[in-house]
Amino acid sequence: MADRLTLEIATPTRLVVTESVDEVVIPGSQGYFGVLPGHAPFLTTVGVGELVYRVGRDERNLAVSGGFAEVRNDKVIVLADTAERPEEIDRARAERARERAERRLAGRTDEEVDYARALAALARAVVRLMTAGRVG
Amino acid sequence: MATLRDIQRRIRSVQSTQKITRAMKLVAAAKLRRAQERILAARPYAGKMGELLGNLVSAAGSDGAPHPLLEQRQGPRRQIVIITADKGLAGAFNSNVIRRALELVRQSNVAEVTLVVVGRKARDFYRRRQWTIKRDLIGFWDRLAYSHASELADYFMQQYLDGEVDEVHLVYNEFRSVAVQRPVREQLLPIPRKTEGEADAASVDYLYEPDPRAILDELLPRHVRTQVFRALMESLAGEYGARMTAMEAATKNAKDMIDVLTIQFNKARQEKITKELLDIVGGAEALKQGSES
Repeated sequence: MADRLTLEIATPTRLVVTESVDEVVIPGSQGYFGVLPGHAPFLTTVGVGELVYRVGRDERNLAVSGGFAEVRNDKVIVLADTAERPEEIDRARAERARERAERRLAGRTDEEVDYARALAALARAVVRLMTAGRVG
Repeated sequence: MATLRDIQRRIRSVQSTQKITRAMKLVAAAKLRRAQERILAARPYAGKMGELLGNLVSAAGSDGAPHPLLEQRQGPRRQIVIITADKGLAGAFNSNVIRRALELVRQSNVAEVTLVVVGRKARDFYRRRQWTIKRDLIGFWDRLAYSHASELADYFMQQYLDGEVDEVHLVYNEFRSVAVQRPVREQLLPIPRKTEGEADAASVDYLYEPDPRAILDELLPRHVRTQVFRALMESLAGEYGARMTAMEAATKNAKDMIDVLTIQFNKARQEKITKELLDIVGGAEALKQGSES
C-alpha cells in the first residue's frame, strides 16, 4: 500500500486540487476527521469548514462547504459545493455576508427557514474569513 | 439585363453580409472554446457523483422504501423541459430540439403535459402556439452559472415531491463535436436506475457517516442539479458549435455569390466596352464616308 494519499477536490464547476499528500483533515458534517494513508474505506457528508492538507511540512488550506468525501484505497475524493483557496477568497464580500447574517440573526425572524439559512450563511462567511486570514 | 451599377451594388451588399457572418463565426469559435473548457472542468465532479450514487443506492436501497426521488410512480403527468438558445442564426440547432420535444409531447398524454422552456427560441415557439408554459428561463446564457441550474433543479424536485408531476424530462442539444449536435431526451425525475456499473461499485465495504440513507438524501438533489447544469452547458457549447458551422457555411456561400457576381460584372463591363468601341468605329466610319463623298 502506498504511503501517500491522492487528494482530489472537485466542485460542480471545476477540479480544484489533484495532489499527492501526506495527510488531510476534512470538516465532515459530523465533525472534523483526519485521514492518513491506510485509512479504511469511508464515505461521509461534508459540512462547512476549513479543509487542511499537508504535503511534507507544508500545510495548505481551503474553505469548503457542503458535499461529500470518499476515502478508498488511499484516494481521498472531496466533492464540495464550494472550495476556495485562501487567495481566491473575497474578504470584503465574506465580511459583508457575515454582517448581513448577524443582522438577520439578531432580528430574530419568525421563519425557521430564514433562521437556518442565516445561520448557514454565517458559518460560511466565518470559515471563509478564517481561511483567508491565514495568508493575510 | 442588370446594369453595371446594379451588379456592383449587389456585390457590396453581399460583401458586407459576409463581413458580419465572418465576425459571428469568429466570436462563436472563441466562445465555443470557453464553453468546451467548462464542460471538461465540470466532468470530474459529475463523474464521481454518478459513481457514488450507484454505490449508495444499492447500499441504502436494501432496507425500507426507496428514496422519493427514485420512486417510479407511473403517473401520467409529464413535465417536459425544452432547452434552446436565446438567439437564432445557428442552423437547425433550435428547430431540431423543438421538433424532438414535439415528438415527445405527442407520445405523451397531451392534457397531462406541462412545459418548462429555457431559451428565448423555445419560449417564443410555444407562446405563439398558445401553449401553457409553467416556467421559463431566458437571457442568462452569457452568464450561465451553477446557480441557474440549481434553481431550476430545485423547482423540478419541489414539483415532483409535491406530487404535481410524475416525470420530468429534459430535451436539449447534446454536444457531440464542434460540427455535430444531437437533440436528446433524458429522464431527469424520477432518477433512472442504472443497471450496469452499480453492482461492482457496491462491492466496496464503506464505513458510512452518518448512514447510507442520510448521505443519499444529500446526494440525490445534488445529482439532479448536476444533471441540469450539464444539460445547460452541453446546449451552450452546442449552440456555439452550430453557429460557428452555420456562419462558416454562410461566409462560404457569400464568397461563391461574390465570385458569380464578379464574373457577371466583368462580362457586362466587357460588353459595354465592346459596344462603345463599335459605336466609335461605326461613327468614325460614317464620318470618313461622309468626307469622301
